[in-house]
Amino acid sequence: MFEGREPIYHQIAEAIRGEILSGALKEEDQVMSTTQYATTYRINPATAAKAFAQLVDEEVLYKRRGVGMFVAPGAAAALRSQRREAFFAERLEPVIREAALLGLSTSDLTDYLASHATTGVSTTAPDQTPEER
Amino acid sequence: MTGYRLHTDNLTVSYGKTTALTGINLDLAPDRIHGLLGRNGAGKTTLMSVLASLRRGQGTVRVEGQDPFENEAIMQNVCLIRESGDLLLDEKLTTNLSFLEDARPRFDRTYAESLMATFRLDPAKKPQALSRGQASAFGAIVGLASRAPLTMFDEVHLGMDAPARQRFYHEVLHDFAEHPRTIVLSSHLISEIAHMLETVTILHEGRLLLSNEADDLHVSGATLTGAAEVVDRHATGQQVVGTQDLGPTRQVTVFGDLDEAALAAAERDGLTVGAVPLQDLFIHLTDTDRAEEAS
Repeated sequence: MFEGREPIYHQIAEAIRGEILSGALKEEDQVMSTTQYATTYRINPATAAKAFAQLVDEEVLYKRRGVGMFVAPGAAAALRSQRREAFFAERLEPVIREAALLGLSTSDLTDYLASHATTGVSTTAPDQTPEER
Repeated sequence: MTGYRLHTDNLTVSYGKTTALTGINLDLAPDRIHGLLGRNGAGKTTLMSVLASLRRGQGTVRVEGQDPFENEAIMQNVCLIRESGDLLLDEKLTTNLSFLEDARPRFDRTYAESLMATFRLDPAKKPQALSRGQASAFGAIVGLASRAPLTMFDEVHLGMDAPARQRFYHEVLHDFAEHPRTIVLSSHLISEIAHMLETVTILHEGRLLLSNEADDLHVSGATLTGAAEVVDRHATGQQVVGTQDLGPTRQVTVFGDLDEAALAAAERDGLTVGAVPLQDLFIHLTDTDRAEEAS
């Protein structure tokens, strides 16, 4: 864990976003306290607190005074729509560039996508969560 | 806020003709876990001894704004745990705890007893009857339960086996989160404690090599791996602190104010850009023999 080049608190925040997107953490679920997080992953409590503060800023988590941190209503949908915007620029662009280097045509790519639609790419309405499919 | 702020200005410490520390300028903020790293003989223990008022040097030392030397108000709130331990050797552990309870204003006896159970220590034993691992554990218990505004652990967990160290790290983080104070951790087991540290201070041959936020240090290092000539092209202009060749593949470790755009360009050219774990960075910066070979 925490092997990336980004600051550790970014990596923690990203891991929590990932759990919300996958449904492992649901709206209104309580997330671990900074103390639990720190002792579980053996990281400085301030690092965990920074990650939580960032997610509160992004309105992914919210704080209930004296109780703890919870997943904000609508967090999963908001994350999904942000990720969709970034998906083409950050994920697909490099793939398309690599494909061009390898001499693959657009139809090679679309054929591949079409044949793999059942395993990877959903053909259902884009607003459904994985469980709803 | 309960932790002490630490400051030294041009601190130099000599033992006879040997200079252990030279011109150390250091600022450590209160209520954080600071890592103090260095190779054997780098001056870590000397620095902690000065902060614990066991020793005096030239220059300025301030613990919470005061000179700690022979300063009782400060000394009772500063706890330095050394592997050898500073205990009443002829008294049972429980008697040692009673003595500490009197000497340390914030000592938590209940917490100490629960840690004795956690580390499976028999309170009726005397310090000299303890194994190395048990002695280390008792030192850790004293350090934790003292809840001193400045607590320094000097290689205290070196004698512990892996599960005991795990418990020690857990307790440090848990108790620090519940009772913030200034903690200085000194260890050679860098990879085990790296993410526990909020700041990292490295001493090398008696001098201060760096003192940084752990987060800043983490983003200051990168490895570039790939075909040697591509790696060299992208490493030009960056501070290279390590190079490793595996056949036609080269890995360089760059450190400093990195140009993120240049790293992104390196990735586009097919290089793998990776993080530099603190332990690797430490080795690159303090392995002087290797550094001289490389230059």
